[in-house]
Amino acid sequence: MFEFIQKYGLFYLLGGWPETELGGFAGTLILAGVGLGISFPLAILIGFARTSQNPVFFVPASIWVYTLRGIPLLMILFWAYFLIPELTGRAMTPFSTALAAIIIYESAFMAEIVRAGIMGLPAGQTEAARSIGLGYWQSMRYVVLPQALVNMIPSFVNQFVSTVKATSIVYIIGVSELTFVAQQVNAIEVTNPVRTFIVLAFFYFIPCWGLSVLSRKIERDIGARRKAANVPGKEIRI
Amino acid sequence: MGMDFSFLAQEEFLLALVDGLLVTCKLFLASWVCGFATALVMANLRDVRFAAVRFVVSVFLEYHRNVPTVVQMLVWYFAMPELLPDSLRLWINRGNTEFLFAWVALSLNVSAYFAEDIRSGIRAIPATQFEAARAIGLSALGGVIYVILPQAVRLTIPTILNRTLILFKDTSLAMAIGVSELTYQVRNIENITFRAFEAYFIATVIYLTISLLIMFAGAWFSRRFTVAYR
Amino acid sequence: MTDTIRDTMVEIRELEKYYSSFKVLDGISGTVNRGEVIVICGPSGSGKSTMIRTINRLEEISSGRIIVDGRDIHDRDYDINELRSKIGFVFQQFNLFPHLSVKDNVTLSPRKVAGMPAREASELAEHLLEKVGLSEKLNAMPASLSGGQQQRVAIARALAQKAPLMLFDEPTSALDPEMVGEVLTVIQQLAEEGQTMMIVTHEMGFAGKVADRIWFMDRGSILTQSPPGDFFNNPEHPRVQKFLSDMLH
Repeated sequence: MFEFIQKYGLFYLLGGWPETELGGFAGTLILAGVGLGISFPLAILIGFARTSQNPVFFVPASIWVYTLRGIPLLMILFWAYFLIPELTGRAMTPFSTALAAIIIYESAFMAEIVRAGIMGLPAGQTEAARSIGLGYWQSMRYVVLPQALVNMIPSFVNQFVSTVKATSIVYIIGVSELTFVAQQVNAIEVTNPVRTFIVLAFFYFIPCWGLSVLSRKIERDIGARRKAANVPGKEIRI
Repeated sequence: MGMDFSFLAQEEFLLALVDGLLVTCKLFLASWVCGFATALVMANLRDVRFAAVRFVVSVFLEYHRNVPTVVQMLVWYFAMPELLPDSLRLWINRGNTEFLFAWVALSLNVSAYFAEDIRSGIRAIPATQFEAARAIGLSALGGVIYVILPQAVRLTIPTILNRTLILFKDTSLAMAIGVSELTYQVRNIENITFRAFEAYFIATVIYLTISLLIMFAGAWFSRRFTVAYR
Repeated sequence: MTDTIRDTMVEIRELEKYYSSFKVLDGISGTVNRGEVIVICGPSGSGKSTMIRTINRLEEISSGRIIVDGRDIHDRDYDINELRSKIGFVFQQFNLFPHLSVKDNVTLSPRKVAGMPAREASELAEHLLEKVGLSEKLNAMPASLSGGQQQRVAIARALAQKAPLMLFDEPTSALDPEMVGEVLTVIQQLAEEGQTMMIVTHEMGFAGKVADRIWFMDRGSILTQSPPGDFFNNPEHPRVQKFLSDMLH
């Protein structure tokens, strides 16, 4: 095992870098991080639209969310692979196709987190904010969002973990992330696939498990602080 | 980019789609049932007195929740056969056991999530409910059956249905190890007919229909059975 | 004519409100004069809270008119935020903003709605907190305050709007008994200063002390609108009699 790690450790971590572009675990992190980063502002807009009373905003946002949550990421990936070159007229690298698919996919899930966060705040807070004369956007800015965003943090961390796991599927279209690298190692080694794939599992397990533990701790802290403050709060249900 | 659904008229493609859908549904239902059964066992083992058992269960749960589903499938497909005695391995290499591996992988994966959901559901019932049940003369078992479980089930239905939806979508991952479910068939059709848009469109509609059914079942149960706790 | 309008702070006419088919407010009418304190009481479910919440449009009426300080509150040209900044509302659950300090809670409206400069708002906050007896809590967070203290801060927050009308929705119902007095003292002081107020409460002793008139509500209607003396000593309506005997068991 030790020689295996010595031989392939960096390969798992960085893909073919520096000979080829960054891949492997680093590729996974980039896909997840950049994907979530870009989808976040989108998600806030869509999440807001989902809390709106106005059907002009609510309906398209709902269609977006329900559709993207209702089909497998694999289908979204294939759609992106086929549709983006058709629409833009340019060929896209597997990496950017995968990134686009992840951004679109995550925007729907993150939007639901935003929506749950906003709606999970006790009604009294919005009422009090409106009662002192604050308008809708003012209430959001000074009262609702500061509290809701803090409440959403554990969910966002969980979503990052989810996204890291979701990126594993893009190896199918040839993106050099962690799972793709493991397949390559398996092709090179031929024997002892147990070792190859257990190492792969570990590379996912360590960060995902670590972040899950962190998120559970944050959730406990927020819950404890809320109890101490005696603020009536509903559990955020997604 | 005109649309041309005419390939549907050809029997082989229609059959392929139906076949794919059937495999998807079989995989989904089989995994759900085994996953739920396993989860019931795990949920109970989670809190036994023996630390060794708790540890093993813990590892099982954390592994299946933190490793991507497709990687779990790959582990079963590539790695497990190596660990088996030669006779079994020959049998595996002969038959098409991809479905079996996908089924096992998905069942264990979903069981880890179901186990946590079930456990949270039971823990969410205030202990006072159990005390009240004993106070009116119910035995411990009676208390669980008539007071705790009905409430726990109502609490957990939304999360269970949410995870069910994810399981349904995850069946598409089985194509990675060669299971001819819906996505696999659609890709195949696309390769042959080059009608990517139409093929993907049909798959999307099928997936969406079933997903929306599951989603709305979840919402309906949520509303119908919401138990108010002060 | 103009003087009459100016003396009337609140006028409600034939208010009706339905929750689907359930009639919560059954054609109620009444007036509140400037400087008057109206206490609204009655059994649970009588629509008291709903009625007071329609005045600052936290709830909407199905039909009827509400006129506050000479303006119809449902007028298309009347910006709802402008209306609300002219009415101070104190909630049963206090509803302080937990992420803001006491001072920020009180200065939020003056600064962001009235456009008051920060320094002036700060002085206003200090003055108001002194008025409710919480000067030392200026920079505290709501979580560190008792229920009674939080409610007094909530009153200061509402006072910061310098509103001609103050509404109280069961201000002491969520408090432990020993803290009720400190809040009622503040409200009584406001009454003595001539603040026009409508108070929904179960505290009948307090009602007797501070009310100019008592509106008794039952099942969506106002049954009596009499001064405390008449209300307590000569209750004519049988349901009022029953209510009083239940309350004073």
